[in-house]
Amino acid sequence: MLVETVERRALPGWRGTAAKAAVSSASHLKGLIVPLVLAAVWEIAARAEAIPAYLLPAPSEVLAELSALAEGGELWEHIAVTVWRVAVGFAVGAGAATLLGALTGSSRLLRELLDPTIQALKAVPSLAWVPLFILWFGIFETSKVLLIAIGVFFPIYLNLVTGILGTDRKLVEVARVCGLSRFDLVRRVLIPATLPSYLTGLRAGLALGWMFVIAAELMGASKGLGFLMIDGQMTGRPAVIIGALILFALAGKASDALLEAASKRLLSWQDGFGETQETRNA
Amino acid sequence: MLEISDVGKVFGDPAAAAQAGLVHHALDGVDLTVGQHEIVSLVGTSGCGKSTLLRIASGLDLPTTGRVALDGRAVTGPTPEVGMVFQEPRLMPWLTVRENVRLALLDLPKAEQDARIAEAIEDVGLSKFIDAYPRQLSGGMAQRTAIARALVRQPSFLLLDEPFSALDSFTRQKLQQHLLALWERSRFTMVFVTHDVLEAVSLSDRILVMRGHPGRIHREIRVEIPRPRARTAPEVRALEEEIVAALDLS
Ligand SMILES: Nc1ncnc2c1ncn2[C@@H]1O[C@H](COP(=O)(O)OP(=O)(O)O)[C@@H](O)[C@H]1O
Ligand SMILES: [Mg+2]
Repeated sequence: MLVETVERRALPGWRGTAAKAAVSSASHLKGLIVPLVLAAVWEIAARAEAIPAYLLPAPSEVLAELSALAEGGELWEHIAVTVWRVAVGFAVGAGAATLLGALTGSSRLLRELLDPTIQALKAVPSLAWVPLFILWFGIFETSKVLLIAIGVFFPIYLNLVTGILGTDRKLVEVARVCGLSRFDLVRRVLIPATLPSYLTGLRAGLALGWMFVIAAELMGASKGLGFLMIDGQMTGRPAVIIGALILFALAGKASDALLEAASKRLLSWQDGFGETQETRNA
Repeated sequence: MLEISDVGKVFGDPAAAAQAGLVHHALDGVDLTVGQHEIVSLVGTSGCGKSTLLRIASGLDLPTTGRVALDGRAVTGPTPEVGMVFQEPRLMPWLTVRENVRLALLDLPKAEQDARIAEAIEDVGLSKFIDAYPRQLSGGMAQRTAIARALVRQPSFLLLDEPFSALDSFTRQKLQQHLLALWERSRFTMVFVTHDVLEAVSLSDRILVMRGHPGRIHREIRVEIPRPRARTAPEVRALEEEIVAALDLS
């Protein structure tokens, strides 16, 4: 009503969302060029018998092997078992990390009590737990899930605590001046301020989850992609090993893409460098 | 009325710091009374305790010695009666302009929040940007949002700590006029920290010059020039020079 402002800036959503989607799918396609070229070179090399097939079979052979396994229904079962292990291990590890991180991040006393112990446990290489877990729980699901959970735990815990402690004191002061309740302070200031670092932790944790599921399945399993790899090794079928490897890559990438999409949505308020890059390219 | 009596501030644990010779004495024996509807500016060189004094008045910090009272009641922490604008806009980057302003109203019913937010944002001329995020705002617009957040509660006191110092001079003058217009309508009691002497002269009823370590109030100057005050008017310029001279530590 008073002085009309001369400052003009872009309003939210002014850039067409359809255009944005087209730009991003085009940039996704660019990412496919290198793998496709590599696969083509590999196929040609294999057909020319430059590499012995018992060491490195052609991509077409890997695909044939995978589709044979898929037709028998066996492959889906292996995938489902592995995905299930990662999911449960991730849920347990992320749950524990979130709970403990929230506690030590928000209370100085708890931090002084618990954090040194957690840091000391972090110093134990996670795979070193394997003999103990096998002794305690046998080689069945519990020890596998627990191993994955431990791998997942640390990056999430560390990122969450760093995020909470790094919250801008000036914004917390604004909350005090505005008379925010403890609940509103957590919901409207601390959680959003911590979210970028927490999501980074979740993504790093998930990547470790995939790493540890392989370790867990290599240590003894009768199902799962890791088992499939061991089986391929025992029976001298490199196409199976490579097929399982590719499936691991795809599953890891797909689950990370889900988290990445969730992050982008949750952090759309961020004023990051990536965004300006995207605008320039468009 | 804002009454600050004999306020001193020492940073750090006084007992431990005294032994190590690390006592940081930021304020000493500051007396200041700001009457209802008055605009008082605090000017002084950087580090003389202006922000500290304002934070004590707002209840964000407690004084080491002395007392602060608002309309006779002792200040023990931030209250809705006092609006505060900092040097930086301090907006939550994850909240829109609307939701940032809402932060000051969370204990009120939703319908009342919405009505007050719309009005406060219109008052600072940002209605078109009510759903914008802070990253989409210029510095001036962000600071307007901070002013709306401070005033949406209709406080009787508004404390501003160098609110325009990060803005270009054109935007700064616009916001000064804008703030005065809001003050003329709502008549909140205003304490304004600045190191821009001309800004102090064009806004204030009274200017307090702070000096020294620990900071004390060195001089008090009443500004009798009627508003609006042209920045180029000879009496404005004369006062500016007088204050600059008072600030000079040599
Ligand atoms: N939280 C703090 N801890 C220790 N010293 C501080 C703190 N805040 C301010 N000071 C010191 O108090 C003095 C006054 O600071 P401040 O009030 O910010 O000055 P001004 O706003 O006038 O520039 C400065 O010397 C500063 O270093
Ligand atoms: Mg200051």
